[in-house]
Amino acid sequence: MTSGGIRRSIKTGAALALAMLGSVAQAAPHPWQLNMERGASTWSQIPYTLNNVALAVCTVIGVLVFGAMFVAMFRFRKSRGAVAEKWAHNTTVEVVWTTIPVLILVTLAYMATSGVASWADTTGSQMTVKVTGYQWKWRYDYIDYMGKPIEKVGFMSRLDTTSDDTRQLGSGMNPYDVKVGTENTYLLNVDKPLVIPADTKVRFVITSGDVIHSWWVPAMGWKLDAIPGIINAAWTNIHEPGTYRGQCAELCGQDHAFMPIVVVVKSKADFATWLAQQQAAAAPAPPAAPTATAAAAAPTPAGTAKQG
Amino acid sequence: MSYAATHDQHEEHHGAPAGFFQRWFMSTNHKDIGTLYLVFALTMLFVGGSFAMAIRAELFKPGMQLMQPYFFNQLTSMHGLIMIFGAIMPAFVGLGNWMIPLMIGAPDMALPRMNNLSFWILPFAFILLLGSMFLPGGGPAGGWTMYPPLSLQSESLPYAVFAIHLMGISSIMGAINIIATILNMRAPGMDLMKLPIFVWSWLITAFLLIAVMPALAGAVTMLLTDKFFGTNFFNAAGGGDPVLYQHIFWFFGHPEVYIMILPAFGIISEIVPTFARKPIFGYKAMVFAIACIAFLSFIVWAHHMFAVGLPIGAELFFMYATMLISVPTGVKVFNWVATMWGGSMTFETPMLFAIAFVVLFSIGGFSGLMMALVPADFQYHDTYFIVAHFHYVLVTGALFAIIGAAYYWMPKWTGNMYSEFWGKVHFWNSLVWVNVLFFPQHFLGLAGMPRRIPDYNVAFANFNMVSSIGGFLFGATQLIFVGVLIHCVFFSKKRATDRVWEGAKGLEWTVPSPAPFHTFTIPPIINDDELAHGHVND
Repeated sequence: MTSGGIRRSIKTGAALALAMLGSVAQAAPHPWQLNMERGASTWSQIPYTLNNVALAVCTVIGVLVFGAMFVAMFRFRKSRGAVAEKWAHNTTVEVVWTTIPVLILVTLAYMATSGVASWADTTGSQMTVKVTGYQWKWRYDYIDYMGKPIEKVGFMSRLDTTSDDTRQLGSGMNPYDVKVGTENTYLLNVDKPLVIPADTKVRFVITSGDVIHSWWVPAMGWKLDAIPGIINAAWTNIHEPGTYRGQCAELCGQDHAFMPIVVVVKSKADFATWLAQQQAAAAPAPPAAPTATAAAAAPTPAGTAKQG
Repeated sequence: MSYAATHDQHEEHHGAPAGFFQRWFMSTNHKDIGTLYLVFALTMLFVGGSFAMAIRAELFKPGMQLMQPYFFNQLTSMHGLIMIFGAIMPAFVGLGNWMIPLMIGAPDMALPRMNNLSFWILPFAFILLLGSMFLPGGGPAGGWTMYPPLSLQSESLPYAVFAIHLMGISSIMGAINIIATILNMRAPGMDLMKLPIFVWSWLITAFLLIAVMPALAGAVTMLLTDKFFGTNFFNAAGGGDPVLYQHIFWFFGHPEVYIMILPAFGIISEIVPTFARKPIFGYKAMVFAIACIAFLSFIVWAHHMFAVGLPIGAELFFMYATMLISVPTGVKVFNWVATMWGGSMTFETPMLFAIAFVVLFSIGGFSGLMMALVPADFQYHDTYFIVAHFHYVLVTGALFAIIGAAYYWMPKWTGNMYSEFWGKVHFWNSLVWVNVLFFPQHFLGLAGMPRRIPDYNVAFANFNMVSSIGGFLFGATQLIFVGVLIHCVFFSKKRATDRVWEGAKGLEWTVPSPAPFHTFTIPPIINDDELAHGHVND
């Protein structure tokens, strides 16, 4: 199948590039970064590859066309005694330079089309998270995991207080001092991140409670608008556990720059433990009971995960 | 063909009115109104430019240094509205007013009084728009696109809406005037397929304006009724749809993009043959390419909305349609290069701006093609990558063409030559700093910096500082342009000849420099050898 072929070539390409650079997928922007990040999910390779291919095609065309123009500017200048010719038309040439771009475009369109189809295909997802945008924070509600509904696990996620204090006008605080470990997290950290399991097809249903926002984690390869009254859906399956950072990408008012997105990807086992803790904390039972529930609940999703 | 011989003796009957108020406020003369448009556009360029300087100053380094985020949002919104509706569009209307009658051998615009009205609406529209920034609560801060529900939160919405209504009325009247002039007032023998490409580009642009300005007026009126009269066009809670606004807005907005670039194509198609001393390559192909781009511009609007969650079929349709636009656009670029090939080129300031246009506009076109690819656009959308893209097509595209046109026709307008030395200083500084300003924004977008944010993570600091430095110097460079203009109009001792440029062809170069207050009161006799495209048989 063609999509299989594309996927194979993407995997080979990614493996090659990985071997050359000797690094894992980036989870946050870094200084002097020049190109799009490769991303960390299966699908995120598609925009990355398309970006690189389209950039290469444009560079080649640019070099040829501008090269021809600079040759003309050098050869046909009056100061070198050039005398203007009279011709102003050449059908063959015009047909050629109309046809070649069409062929290039068809190739690019073919590559992009399968990417659109696979992006929109949320079937077979093993988990659903509802994402709601608010001015100026995100809310995450866990809907289901491994075919089982999740009750009462949901929370607001907003800019961490260090960033928030630092970003105030005239705070006198230095954005370079906002760090988690060695990583600068200024405006890219939240009080409570979204936690999802690794290697799991997670479906996000995205909406908004007030104005339009856009939920964007570059490592996933897409952004999708959060619109009041509309529920949009997209999916990801990040392979490596880690912390992945993103930002709201649709102007949503004064604090648009200050509602980042942080996704913590845990191994399936760690995620099961985390989920159990959340459920226990949410359960209205006496203090002794939740631990038992958590212990009992924990193996079930992990067990299902193996089957899935 | 010889204007001077037949008309010089009648000057006392045809001179400009002596009174300042009568001449400039009550003018029905296409040249004076063209000048008014151009001066207005230049003023707005500096107003919008000063907002851009403030934006780049705040973005100079991470952390909030100068202003509150809400004020920053006002600046970005107003910068967009002013540059589009106040600088670029009026500048093209001004050039059209000045040059179209001269290029087709008409004595004036077809509807001179409406011409006056369509200009004098504009200052009031912009007083309304800019004045809203001084109101309690400030001006519009929801972006120049004014997406609901966000734009409905602003108390200054009606000011922006009425300002847009006025600009729309002005644009539509201007467009009607241009169509009526081109279709009815051409000198005998000036066939449609002999028109200069600048005139063709304006004819097609005028139809685009008439087609889409009402869509914008409708969209913003619905915002107004949603906010004040209890309608629910865009209110999901009342059964409306916020995305509907985006469809209507971009049905206006995408043709609008071409409204701002087609006349630029026309200008470049005039300048390049003049300084290559060779007729434009593929005249018919150039005209058809403009018409083709204009048609396609109506069926690509949702490529601004790939991330709103469109159905797959819509994503694919708009992706394919958008990619198609690069074919006629490519033809135009190839034809400009082919015009230069085999020519006898010199590199006066207008030609330098035209050559820079061909390269830098194409770079903007390349990033446009990249963004047409839906999966890649999921990453590019609403980042600095698109900010870089549309500034390449609008600043190094539309604005460079306008500046090139000003240098090209300034000797005809004023009768004086501008300073070639300072023109070149202006050009080289503009060329360098505009790239320092906008090229790094590609990298910022690819690295993940969203647009319309007043503050950012330190990872984006380096390129933002580079971009800001480029921005300040590009801004300062435009003061040189003002200096060159003032020198040319008032102080230049070097008189321009009627022909001005050795390779210049077309009716506008057959009248004296400066062009007299009234020209072609008797239609000129068209001599095909005198026209830039007199013998089109391909």
